[in-house]
Amino acid sequence: MTDLTTTDLTTTAATHPTAVTETGTPLVKRGLADMLKGGVIMDVVTAEQARIAEDAGAIAVMALERVPADIRAQGGVARMSDPDLIDEITAAVSIPVMAKARIGHFVEAQVLQQLGVDYIDESEVLSPADYANHIDKHAFTVPFVCGATNLGEALRRITEGAAMIRSKGEAGTGDVSEATRHIRTIKREIARLVATLATDPAELYVAAKELQAPYQLVREVAERGSLPVVLFVAGGIATPADAAMMMQLGADGVFVGSGIFKSGDPAKRAAAIVKATALFSDPQVITDASRGLGEAMVGISVADVPAPHRLADRGW
Amino acid sequence: MSAPRVGVVALQGGVREHIELLASLGASPVPLRRPEELVGPDGLRVDAVVLPGGESSTIDRLLKLFGLGEPLRDAVAAAQPTHGTSAGLNQLAAAIEDPAPGQESFGVLDVTVRRNAFGRQVDSAETCVETVWGPAQVAFIRAPEVVSYGPSVTPVARLHDRLVAVTQGAITGIAFHPELTGETLFHRRLLESIRVSA
Repeated sequence: MTDLTTTDLTTTAATHPTAVTETGTPLVKRGLADMLKGGVIMDVVTAEQARIAEDAGAIAVMALERVPADIRAQGGVARMSDPDLIDEITAAVSIPVMAKARIGHFVEAQVLQQLGVDYIDESEVLSPADYANHIDKHAFTVPFVCGATNLGEALRRITEGAAMIRSKGEAGTGDVSEATRHIRTIKREIARLVATLATDPAELYVAAKELQAPYQLVREVAERGSLPVVLFVAGGIATPADAAMMMQLGADGVFVGSGIFKSGDPAKRAAAIVKATALFSDPQVITDASRGLGEAMVGISVADVPAPHRLADRGW
Repeated sequence: MSAPRVGVVALQGGVREHIELLASLGASPVPLRRPEELVGPDGLRVDAVVLPGGESSTIDRLLKLFGLGEPLRDAVAAAQPTHGTSAGLNQLAAAIEDPAPGQESFGVLDVTVRRNAFGRQVDSAETCVETVWGPAQVAFIRAPEVVSYGPSVTPVARLHDRLVAVTQGAITGIAFHPELTGETLFHRRLLESIRVSA
């Protein structure tokens, strides 16, 4: 075997005048999300949970101090996690690590980029830091994922630099109904743009006005028939069947928050959700994955969550 | 000659981009999730295979779970034209220097790879690599590298002193992503190798 010496990517390019190496481009930011497709991203609050998630086949972990169900139960202001916790989780696994910053809190995002997380979630699960502005995500090398409840919200986040979108659902409930509503809404609004382009493209100007999104981006979505970035689903997914349903509705992958580590047998449930997400259109696989998982998270019906406490309403 | 059928492992990761690139070059891509999609009663159902990028530890797990790993390994070992991108390179390798717990590779390409060798996502980059087949505009996303290789392996591209593409017989393994930039060089070569062997 021949041994080769090593140096890092940017240094080697810098010493070679003909090679232009660019980090943090839209393609590179969206590219990592492309590699996550068909997978499950799991919320973890300790290094031990992160290892369980990796062993179960998670494609990435979301490092945080409290899962949404606990944030909901305990109340108070929810903020970015302690850097020590994020470091511990990062050291524990080889898969990508994501972490959450508050909506609009660009300094929390600077800290997370400094820590070397692979993706930042500008998340409504934490308490917003700015009730008018989201983070200018173009200003960062690290990519961002943002939540959306409809197409207009998704396109505004992409305009600000989001490289991945997740529909919001209602986090910490174990009730999948809001996740269903949001992915269906986004898909329906995209289909409407495709139809508008086919019948009368001039009406796309009004569509852009109604969506409160830039015309060029609206036009691109109409031509592609999809968002220009990967679309995951989050919020309330608790079972293999929930995950497979989101995939059949057109999601590129799923986030599972409280649903795994608030259940009776997290390792088994995590592996079962991974399996059902990968072969989401095979009823036999989903049936097998649903057997003997023990207790699911108890959950709370979205209808029982008073409107001011609904997380999906955060973000604008 | 009818369009060559190229099986694309479709369990997780950047599958769609490979399928679109292959279709644009006139091939007939076939997503592979189940063993019966790869092998039928009359033998292999595809003329070549592509192992896309994604999370290599997850893909390895799913390959075993759905029984696709073993027939796929056998097909590649039997000199089927094969292309592995990033996580796909890891899957083909003889050894992974830093595997995730329980992660295994096929051992059909005589190289040792190191996962995430260029750092974390903030170090991911777009660049032009000089290959022995010409320049290629590609993206490195949490890319692996080849840290050592056996005598039957030919280096194809270095990003200066780091080996990032190799070939051995009918197998090509690359650490980066041509499918994200739309670079056709590697897929055209894969399709040409089918015509030559047919």
